[in-house]
Amino acid sequence: MDLQTLGQLLNTTLVFSTALIFAALGGIFSERSGVVNIGLEGLMMFGAFAAAVGGYYAQDAGMGAWAPWVGVVCAMAVGVIGSLIHAVASITFKADQTISGTVINFLAAGSTLYMVKLFFEGAGETPLLEGFKKVPVPGLSKIPVIGEGIFNSYPTTYLAIVLVIVIYFVLFKTPFGLRLRAVGEHPSAADTLGVNVNKMRYIGVMLSGLLAGIGGATITLTTTGTFAHNTISGQGFIAIAAMIFGKWNPMGAFGAAVFFGFSQAIRNYVQLFEWSKSIPQEFIFMIPYVLTIIVLVSAVGRSAAPKALGEPYDPGKR
Amino acid sequence: MHRLKKIFATDSYIVPIVAIIMGFLVGAVVMLIGGYDPIAAYSALFKRVFGSPYDFGEAVREMTPLMFTGLAVAFAFRSGMFNIGADGQVLIGMTAASVVGIKLAGTPSFLLVPLAVIAAGLCGGIWAGIAGYLKAKRGINEVITTIMLNWIALYLSNYIVKHFLLLKGQNRSVDNPASLSMTFLNSLFDNARVHWGTALALCAALFFYVFLWKTKQGYEMRAVGLNPHAAEYAGMNVGRNVVKAMFISGAFAGLAGAGEVLGVFHYQSIFAASPGYGFDGIAVALLGLTHPLGVVLAAILYGMLTYGSAGMSFGADVPPELIRIVIGSIIFFIAAQGIVRWVLKPFYFKRKKEKVL
Repeated sequence: MDLQTLGQLLNTTLVFSTALIFAALGGIFSERSGVVNIGLEGLMMFGAFAAAVGGYYAQDAGMGAWAPWVGVVCAMAVGVIGSLIHAVASITFKADQTISGTVINFLAAGSTLYMVKLFFEGAGETPLLEGFKKVPVPGLSKIPVIGEGIFNSYPTTYLAIVLVIVIYFVLFKTPFGLRLRAVGEHPSAADTLGVNVNKMRYIGVMLSGLLAGIGGATITLTTTGTFAHNTISGQGFIAIAAMIFGKWNPMGAFGAAVFFGFSQAIRNYVQLFEWSKSIPQEFIFMIPYVLTIIVLVSAVGRSAAPKALGEPYDPGKR
Repeated sequence: MHRLKKIFATDSYIVPIVAIIMGFLVGAVVMLIGGYDPIAAYSALFKRVFGSPYDFGEAVREMTPLMFTGLAVAFAFRSGMFNIGADGQVLIGMTAASVVGIKLAGTPSFLLVPLAVIAAGLCGGIWAGIAGYLKAKRGINEVITTIMLNWIALYLSNYIVKHFLLLKGQNRSVDNPASLSMTFLNSLFDNARVHWGTALALCAALFFYVFLWKTKQGYEMRAVGLNPHAAEYAGMNVGRNVVKAMFISGAFAGLAGAGEVLGVFHYQSIFAASPGYGFDGIAVALLGLTHPLGVVLAAILYGMLTYGSAGMSFGADVPPELIRIVIGSIIFFIAAQGIVRWVLKPFYFKRKKEKVL
């Protein structure tokens, strides 16, 4: 395997990781505020759909290179709207959070395909659109391996990496982050200190919708170019796994997302390794999932979920 | 106090019924917005399900795996766990039933069929048991392990089918000699693929109820589910209960796999992606309020709606995906009971007033 292939592998890894990074970051906002978000899969679906439709119409209107960004903005908006269903049910009406998250998955799967058929005269998928193009960073893209691998990526990948750092600082170094985490750890204490628990949780869930929406958009705008029933198949659940694997920390989730992205990328390169030819490909596909379990068993141990995760806040119950 | 109890008792069926009606209304509104005729669509849906013996039989076939996976998710829920892995457990059950059925071909069928079914249940149970064990011993979140196990199950069963059971040049296994089909009913239903798995599913629901509410072990499991710390304080072995509960949950899902392989398809194909049985199971379990009777009823409703949705697209040109919006809304209203109660409030008020007068 030569250096150029290594660079390409790294690049493909990042392409597959990007959507997972966004969605996992979204999950962190929601769960750090104390609201379980099984609905990431559905929120990504909303985002992917909105990006495909918004991007298509923007392209049609002749917006050229700006069209994918219109798609991203649509995905953010639709993601937030979708997450509001979850927020209203689980925060205001104190519904079981796993249940209302599942509802999101259902509504997303149904309504996006329903709308695709409605908008495009019964077609099963949206028309193909151009999407993002890779943007090399001047200078840096000339470095061997890393230049090809990292500094010649889609703009969404750069955005994801920047967001990991920004969100880390927001969560752990700002008053807003402190409040958000407090609401997820000990809501009644936060309430006593004057933090509006429900408001913080609404913000957490809506941010998760926004980020998961971008995550879904990334998939249509960089890898598939269309939205169909199988565009998001299990990505949201893997993002949840990445979030838990990364212990609800942006940096950890980033690492886990890259790990899962690598596992998806490696499929395209499996034939390049001499040693892998004797192993049935099914076992190679299994590696990341088996490895995740092994790592959890041996190193990570007990996962540190926010303490109040899953509990609706009831001010009368101290 | 007595009257209060009575209201809560009636709630247990009034809330789901109102939620179902509201779900259908949401679907109707969505259809109206899309420019479709909801009445035509819904009548096409029911016509599809009840229109012919064949369709009715096929609708029953559709309900059967939903009952199993619904029971699987509900059982884990009652024991305090969220089993996202029913999908993988179904696949493992399918593969186990295929392997036993095909590799032991020649064994008299009164032995072969039970063996294949038991193998499916056992292997599904063990598969889920792994997640239970890791939770009990290592405190690893079962959500993440069951998601991982889903993928591993997908590739593992593909590997087994591909290397040991595949028909030359095809994407499916050799026909399975073990059969759960009900030949006499098949002809009665115009060759609809009804099978004994449905009866097995009803037995599983009965087992669920009796085990959880009438036995000491079931009591322990519910206690662990409600409050593991209190259960531990009371001297119960939380870890063992967690493993056992996941095993039983997985066994239910494994049986769903047996039903699909031995009753419906009689062969196993290589799956490109997860078939999605487990996620339907989550919806069914939630619709059924994680009670076995509720799960059976929910599976009937869910199966009817999904099977009938095809009729909706032929009969009224409505995209069948609409039905997922209906199901999602029903679960939403059941989960957020506050909304249903708010809708029902005037009625409760009226009733109370009558009693006072």
